[in-house]
Amino acid sequence: MAKTFDQYFDELRGTRVWQSIFRSGTGSSTLKRALSIQQNVFLHLFSTKVRVRMLSFSATWYLGTLTLGTFIILVATGIPLMLYYHPSAPQAYADTKDLQFVVSSGMFLRNLHRWSAHAMVFLVFAHMFKVFYRGAYRTPREFNWVIGVVLLLITLLLSYTGYLLPWDQLAYWAITVGSNIASAVPVMGDKIHFLLLGGNQVNANALLRFYVLHCMILPLTAMFFVAIHFWRIRKDGGLYAHSSEPSVLRATAKEGQ
Amino acid sequence: MADSKDFVAGVDSNAKKSPRRIVFITRRTSAQVKAETEDQLQSFPEVLFRTGTAIIVLAVVLVWIALMFNAPLEGLADPSHTPNPAKAPWYFLGLQELLHYFPPVVAGVMIPGLVVMALIIIPYFRVNIEADGLFQKDREYRLRIFYSVAGALSLFLLLYKSRLYNYVLGIKGEAEPLYAGLIPTLIIAGLMILASKSSPDSGTPFRRYLAARPLSYWVMTWFLFELVVLTAIGTFFRGPSWSWVWPWQSY
Repeated sequence: MAKTFDQYFDELRGTRVWQSIFRSGTGSSTLKRALSIQQNVFLHLFSTKVRVRMLSFSATWYLGTLTLGTFIILVATGIPLMLYYHPSAPQAYADTKDLQFVVSSGMFLRNLHRWSAHAMVFLVFAHMFKVFYRGAYRTPREFNWVIGVVLLLITLLLSYTGYLLPWDQLAYWAITVGSNIASAVPVMGDKIHFLLLGGNQVNANALLRFYVLHCMILPLTAMFFVAIHFWRIRKDGGLYAHSSEPSVLRATAKEGQ
Repeated sequence: MADSKDFVAGVDSNAKKSPRRIVFITRRTSAQVKAETEDQLQSFPEVLFRTGTAIIVLAVVLVWIALMFNAPLEGLADPSHTPNPAKAPWYFLGLQELLHYFPPVVAGVMIPGLVVMALIIIPYFRVNIEADGLFQKDREYRLRIFYSVAGALSLFLLLYKSRLYNYVLGIKGEAEPLYAGLIPTLIIAGLMILASKSSPDSGTPFRRYLAARPLSYWVMTWFLFELVVLTAIGTFFRGPSWSWVWPWQSY
């Protein structure tokens, strides 16, 4: 009889190499499965078990997962885009043109990066409202909500800094309109504006600053907070499931009396 | 118990000497009841598989969009040539729409600052933890506050930048009333009035639903409604010099 995919996978998990890398071996016992989550540096952020009820689509709409998905796509398309891009004016515009017309699949890379970025902003907002309406910010999840707000701001900044990079009219004036708002801050508005742009108006310095923020500082900051965000879900008792929360248990206990 | 104390402890608590322990359950607190054991699934591999599937479906959709629609690219950045209108990315167009009505320090600094602050403090305020319908308790008192706040806000949105406002302050130029802010406010206020006249025993499921909504729900829904309306107006209904255009008009 031919082996099934599961058997091949199990065999792979039994090899010395696999075990040396992942520190967990073969077997489908509860312990072995729990270990394969717990013993993995990335997966150990997550719980080893999830309430079945929380896996239904209506519980979360998978919005957090999908946001992570857009982030992965953005990193995966962003890195090859960096290989074809110089953050200097006006070379940046020529590079973007080359991506559109010269680099093979360059157009596709740029399209995917841009639409995924829009999708990520939309999904982060949707995730936030879904979490709010479910009341999932309640104790002990308060601080994970705060981290979520920080991640929302980082996402907006990531998208905003990326917006300038093509160095076309659309980019230039969108950033001009946006950065002028910084000047409205009382007392130190002009200083903030100058710090943000490296000048009094959007110029080559601003492009370099936005490039460093967009490709280095903001993605690393985002990853840092995303890791805490996931880890806190596990530490705070898994995905918020309304009817297992203390207040609801008390209410049902009262009804039972 | 005649004693006013909650508990009486007369047993040695040293486990080595007396291994038997007694739990005292006081009148005010009860022993921690373990949350009910409900069905759980191992994350490996079932949940990981679902997560992976969701991300792959997302990737397929985005790849399809990327193949069908090209990202916009206009001419080389030119500081000497300002396009009209110059628009920010879509998620900031709600703010840009507000900038049209309010001075930059209000629309660009105070309002977004307050929104971010409000979002951060949500879980730390009791009003957001309560899950009872807004008008189910202290009905008269809460209705008075609601009518005052909603009335004041609506009146402000009705009068601000209206013809009357311009006349009184001697401002020349066209009136630009803040209908974009007023109409969603009136709709939410209308629903809240309907909620106040509903109860958990109302006839229709919709009325029962409204009656059970807490204050935090109403505030957030109003905010979400305003956010969507302002962003949509900024994106689709604004043309040269931020004038009103219909989406099908070309400019």
